Formats: sequence, C-alpha cells, structure tokens
Amino acid sequence: MGRYREDPLAIARLVEDDRVHRDVYTDPEVFALEMERLWSRSWIYVGHASQVPQAGDFITLDIAAKPVLMVRQADGGIRLMMNRCAHKGTKVVNAPSGNAGKTFRCPYHAWTYRLDGSLAMIPLKEGYAGTRLNETGLSEIKNLSIYRGFVFVRLSEKGMGFKEFFGDSLSSIDNLADRSPQGELELTGGCLRYLHNCNWKMFVENLNDTMHPMIAHASSAGTAKRLWEGQPADKPKPMAVEQFVPFVNGYPFFDEMGVKVYPHGHGFSGVHFSIHSAYSPIKEYEAAMRKAYGEQRAKQILGTVRHNTVYFPSLTIKGAIQSIRVARPLAADRTLIESWTFRLKGAPDSLLARTVMYNRLINSPMSVVGHDDLHCYRSIQEGLAASGNEWVNLQRNFSEKELSSPEFVGNGTSDVSMRNQFRAWRELMSAE
Amino acid sequence: MKRVTEKDLVKFVVQEARLLDEKRFDEWYDLFADDGFYWVPAVYGQKDAHLENSLAYEDKFLLKLRVERLKTPNAFSQQPASRCHHLLQTPAVENLREMKLRTAFIYTETRGDESQRYAATAWHTLVQKKGALRIKLKRVDLLNCDAMLPSIQLFP
Repeated sequence: MGRYREDPLAIARLVEDDRVHRDVYTDPEVFALEMERLWSRSWIYVGHASQVPQAGDFITLDIAAKPVLMVRQADGGIRLMMNRCAHKGTKVVNAPSGNAGKTFRCPYHAWTYRLDGSLAMIPLKEGYAGTRLNETGLSEIKNLSIYRGFVFVRLSEKGMGFKEFFGDSLSSIDNLADRSPQGELELTGGCLRYLHNCNWKMFVENLNDTMHPMIAHASSAGTAKRLWEGQPADKPKPMAVEQFVPFVNGYPFFDEMGVKVYPHGHGFSGVHFSIHSAYSPIKEYEAAMRKAYGEQRAKQILGTVRHNTVYFPSLTIKGAIQSIRVARPLAADRTLIESWTFRLKGAPDSLLARTVMYNRLINSPMSVVGHDDLHCYRSIQEGLAASGNEWVNLQRNFSEKELSSPEFVGNGTSDVSMRNQFRAWRELMSAE
Repeated sequence: MKRVTEKDLVKFVVQEARLLDEKRFDEWYDLFADDGFYWVPAVYGQKDAHLENSLAYEDKFLLKLRVERLKTPNAFSQQPASRCHHLLQTPAVENLREMKLRTAFIYTETRGDESQRYAATAWHTLVQKKGALRIKLKRVDLLNCDAMLPSIQLFP
C-alpha cells in the first residue's frame, strides 16, 4: 500500500514538461517503484565482457536491488542469473569477482550448479524422492545484450528491445571502442567506488549540467588554472593541468558545446567539441590509429570528442577519456558511483595512464572536483525538505519543439537532457 | 650530508602528522621533496600508481592545488571545514640507510556532525635535501581502500 503504488496518475503528476516534483528524489516509495519499474524495464549496465575473459570467470553485483551473477560459459558465451540458491535462498557466490572452475557450490548445504546455472548435485538427494523438488537451478535472466563488450540486462520479461531502447545513442559506445586500434576494450586498473549520500538522479543529471562547472569547480579547477598562470609558454603543460583547467571555461564554451538527446532518456553533451578536445596529442597512438583505420577514418574517430553520454538510467561514459561511471542506487538518498577505466587494445600505456589520472582527479572519493559536486547534491537532498516550493526547475531553454522531436540538438547549457531523462522516467514508471 | 639517526626519522614522521592535525598545510607541503609524491592506493596491495586507479597520487603541483583550494572561500565542500586526527603507533624504521619507515595509525576525519575513521598504514621514504629531511614518497594504505567510501577531504 502506498499513495504512489495505488495511484498511477500520482506518479505521472510528478513530472511536468519543465519541472519535477521533489518526491522523485526523496520519497522511499518512489525509490522502491523505481527499482521495480524503471530499473527493471530499462537496459541496465552490468559489466564489461573483458572482466570475465575465461570460462568460469564471474562477477557479482546488485541490479535493481536484486543479487545478480554474470558468468563466462564453457562455450564462450556470457550468462546472467540470480545469485540465489534454489534451496534456501543463500547467495551461492559471495566474492565480487573470481573464477568458479566448473561449478558453483552453495556454502550452506552444498547444492551445486553448473556454469549455466543448472543443478548438478544435491547431497543425499534420495531424501527428496517423492517430493515436488523442482530442479530448475539458478534463475536465468534471459534478456541480455552485449554491445562492443558492454553487457546490459533487462530484468523484466516484457519491455523494449535493446536496439529500440538505445537507438543511435550507441554511437558513443562505438566511438569509445573504435578508439582502440583493434576496436576492442579491456576494463582494467580497478574501480573507484564513491558513496554518494544523495539520490542517483542528481548524479546522472549533473553529467550534462554545463551551468555548474565554472561555479562548483572554481575552487579546484580555478585554483589549478591560477597556479599554472605565469608559466613560460614553452613549458610543457602537465597532464593534470590539461585535465583540470577546462572545467572553468566560461559559459560561451559550454553553451557552444551543444547537447543532443535521444528517445528513452539517453543523450550527450559535447556535440561539437568538449573539455577533452585540447589534450596534447600522443603521436605513437595516433600513428597506430592511422595504420589501423586509415587517415580519414582515424581523424573522424579521434575528432569525435563527446563530453558525457548518459545511457539512462545506469551508465554514463566518456569516450574521449576511456572511462565510465556507473550509478548503482542503494536508497532514495544513497547511491554508489563506480568509476572504471579502459585499456584501448593496441594503444600505448600512456593512454591508460591518462584515463587513470583523469579518474582519480575527477571521480575519486578524494577528488577535489568530486567533493564539491557531492556537496551540492547532498545539499539538494537536504534543501528539498523545505516548504514553500515543492518543485525542481528544469526550464532553461525549454521549447515545445523538443516534445515532438525524437532526437533533438540544443545549445549546451540547455536543461533538455534532464527534461528528456524525466520524460523517459515517467514513461518507464507507469503502472503497466 | 648529515648522519641521520633512527630518532631523527621517527621524529620527522610524528611531526608530519602533527602538522596535518593542526591544519598547518603550507608547512606540511614544504616537507615534500620537489619530486615527492603522496599516494593513497585504491587497490589492496596496489603495485602501480600509473596504470591502476588510486584514491590519490599527487605530485607537488597537485598537493599545492589541494592546499591552496582549502584557503579559497568557494571550496564549498569545506563549509563547514573538515578536521583530521592521526593517532600514530610509534613509527618503525624499516631501513635506516634508505630512510624507509612504516607507521600504523588510526585516521579520523570529521566535518560538522559527521565522522569517519580508518585503520591505515603509512610508508614513508625520506631523502635529505640541503641537510633537511624531505618526503620522497608517502604511501598510505587504508585497510578498506577498495570499499565504497564517502568523500575523504583532508590527508589520511
């Protein structure tokens, strides 16, 4: 029972064309419905195929508050199943990652499963003779899609197909993978796991909020800029300076960057250029790219320098810097943000060093950029309790036209990506 | 070069922690050699600071940035300001000639009503510059470096 569960219109009323009600961020019942509906009906990022290269390799994680196991099969395929013993409900696998060999054995009563989740063995099985024992094994999650190594899952039986859901927004994943001279990525270097004491949507929205960097990051990027000023022009700029300083570019820069949205909540900023456009060239890498793709195509791949692409609701990627950030909601006011880095197969290590540096400067729990971002999100979480105004404003550059355009390109400082996410939210949160 | 005793090294490490606890960040920054690094790994038993993700891996430029940021009025996440405390076990000299020390400690960081506490080990590698001891590398291994962590705003 609950006012939102029982009344489908109440959910729809939370999202208007240009503003949203605070309950989308703060209400525990809305959060529970998000897990059951939005996060189960959408295609959620699980992990990358390169995390499980060998048969028996697995990772475990929670998706939409359910324990999930991803396993590389003996035949080379990847399967996803619920990490729940068919017997008493124990999580069969408890390590975050590892190799299972040929079987998974439950730690409680040794019910044993093959890599495909089918039941292989129960001790003293004759004790079940004549009972209605169901030997279905671990529950398989059938709706699985792997795109350039990115593994996505849709927990709901019914719903949109993968290609229909993401459409042409997949071009950002293509650009990330194409940046490898071999066209292949390897997730490597561990993960930065940053606990955000705020709603997951504040993080996801912020990635294409281009009106905040020059304010929220003045203390970090602005200080980097100030410290570097006055250095001789011929002194090579440290990578850290190249990575920090564009955060405090002025409003015109971010406005001219442009933003593009796709149906179902996806989109990216940096249509024309981005804060990653002016990094120093890495000659050895560029030569490898030209060799692999030819002059024209290599130029096109490296010239596509998008800022953040949001694969609503779970995955956000930065192709130009080979990193991804994944939202893992824990409660209405608690979210784990995982930040991962990729090796571009066939590229020199300096590319990996660059993304690893970016990741720790921007996405670490010790990042001076992250500190100010999270401070603002948390401050929203607390501020929304105020009376007198129950609505969150998303009006910047609103135009009726965007409501009827499946794909829409706006100026970079427009709130269109947030409005577009909430339109998808409303559609995927409906009762049926 | 002055002959450095175990006592000198231990005193240095204790004083370094004290500067942090008293928020004397400029003086703390000066303790690093020009090519010195402050490293907080994110991977348990991490080997590589360049190709693996760290919570922090900072040269003097980045340390300067951190210290200077804390002085700016628009470091919003420092309203209210954080405080820190290092409760050290006696630093152990692992190698006198190479000036390497291991120090177990409990780190506490507070901000307003919030408080975090970590078990940690600091590994100092010191050098002599112009007759004074300086930090070549301070590596801090948090026991739970790979856990889901909130903002850590000062210097474990």
